Formats: sequence, C-alpha cells, structure tokens
Amino acid sequence: MAHDTTVQTAGHDEHHHESPVVFGFWVYLMTDCIIFGSLFAVFAVLRNQFNGGPTGHELFEFGGLGLETALLLVSSITYGFGMIAAHKNQISQVILWLGVTFLLGLGFVGLEVREFAHMIAEGAGPDRSAFLSAFFTLVSTHGLHVTCGLIWILTLMVQLMGTTEIPERMMNKLTCLSLFWHFLDIVWICVFSYVYLASMI
Amino acid sequence: MSTQTNSSGESHGSVSSYLIGFVLAVVLTVLSFLVVSTHSLSPTGTLAALSMLALVQVLVHLHYFLHMGGSSEQRWNNICFVFTVAFVTILIVGTVFIMTNTTMHMMSR
Repeated sequence: MAHDTTVQTAGHDEHHHESPVVFGFWVYLMTDCIIFGSLFAVFAVLRNQFNGGPTGHELFEFGGLGLETALLLVSSITYGFGMIAAHKNQISQVILWLGVTFLLGLGFVGLEVREFAHMIAEGAGPDRSAFLSAFFTLVSTHGLHVTCGLIWILTLMVQLMGTTEIPERMMNKLTCLSLFWHFLDIVWICVFSYVYLASMI
Repeated sequence: MSTQTNSSGESHGSVSSYLIGFVLAVVLTVLSFLVVSTHSLSPTGTLAALSMLALVQVLVHLHYFLHMGGSSEQRWNNICFVFTVAFVTILIVGTVFIMTNTTMHMMSR
C-alpha cells in the first residue's frame, strides 16, 4: 500500500477513489473497442464480396459455434467466482477458479484454431475472397486477445501460488484481467451475432 | 445476498448477481441461435431480432459482469465509455454509409 500513496493523494477528496491502475486499464479497453469497431466496419462493408468463393452459409455450422460460445460464456462466470473468492482472500479458491477459466479459454482457442485449419484446408483461407479476409482478420484478432488473456491467467496463477494474502497491487491485476476477460466475451457476442449468425440467415 | 461493496464503495458483485447475469446471457444466446435456426422470421426480421438480442446481452454483460453503474466512483469510466460508444457508432455507420453510396455510384452492385 505504501508505494502508491503519492499517486493516490491527488484523488483523495471525500472518497477513496478507484485505483488509477484500473481506470487506466479501462481506457485501454476503450481503445481496444475502437480497434474492434474498425474491424467490424470492414467486415460490414466486405461481407458480400465472395468473389465466387464460399459464402458464410456454406462455411459456418451451428454445432462448433454453439460450443465456442458456451465455453466463453461459462468461462466468464467462473472468472467471476474467482473474483468473489479473491475479495474473501481465499487464495486456493482463486487459483482453482482461474485454472477452470484457463481450461475453458484454452478449449475455445483450440476449437477456433481447428475451425480455421479446416477452412484453410478446404481452400477457404483468408486469401480466397474479401469476405474471408475480413472474417479471418476480425475473428483471429479476437482469438489473439483470448490467447493473451490465457497467458495472463497463467502468470497470475503462478504469482498467487504460495502466497497467504492478496495485496492491493495483486487485487488490481486481478480486477484488470477481470475487465479484459469480460470485455472479450462482449466482443464475442457481437462476433457470433453479426459475423456468424447473420451470415447463416 | 445483496451486492457487496468494499471500502471504496466500488461494487464487485456477488454469487447471486453473477448467476442472474449468467442465466440471462444463456437465455439471450439460445434465443439468438433459435431465431436463426428455425427460420421463423423474414431475413430482415431475423437481422433486427439478432441486433436487439445482441444489444440486450451486451447491456446484461456490462451490468452483471463488468459492474457498470451510475455511482460517482465510476463517473470517469462512464464518460470514457459514452465517448467510445459514440466514436464507434460514427465509425461503423459512417463507413457503411459511405461505402454503400460509393458502390451505388460505381454501379458495381
């Protein structure tokens, strides 16, 4: 706590304010939102430019999409349980829930990589048409974010192992990762609605 | 169990609030999938229904998982968020409008 008193004094008027670290991370997420917004705009413009190649209707299937969505949605609530345990200072519970979240996220990335590999093997890679270029750019940017989130979860699990209490600095890290993970789930809602389901109408 | 608050007044949810959010999210996701798989609406109607369901689900996630709210602690977070939403809306609507207009004029469609 002592190390950040100088930073925090500016914010002390009547309340103890939210950590500047968490607010800074929120601002980063907002810029990330603009990146995804741009990629969604690109996809919206190019979604019908098939160049004689396969359409979304022929490529996407409900089963895989439903499973990916379910994995990401469940991983959101398991991370939430981890945060509740962290607020109660139950470190072994936090590590357990982070582990579950990691496995669910890994399953999601695994399914996505398998889907991409399958599409590329069928000749529907990002070089086939403008539609597929936009699709691969958008969905793999999201997948890359999830992969970074997985590395982050592992790092925090290792840092938590063997400790007996969660200092404020660690709590800030867990809160930032919580925001990141739930934000990625929100992006995925837009992806499965506008990219997958809207192409399957 | 009511929403817990820590010393800074920041809300971070409880088991029950996470479960409510999760159930709502699952129901909305299943509805989205059903609307498309059953073909019960016209293509335009399906797209409109998908947009509504996605919007509601994003709001559910923001409230129950990201704990956004109107408290004074979150004022700067909310100002940033409103700015970003406005920015992204202009970005997407503007791009689609300009590019549709261009393809019309070039008669490539």
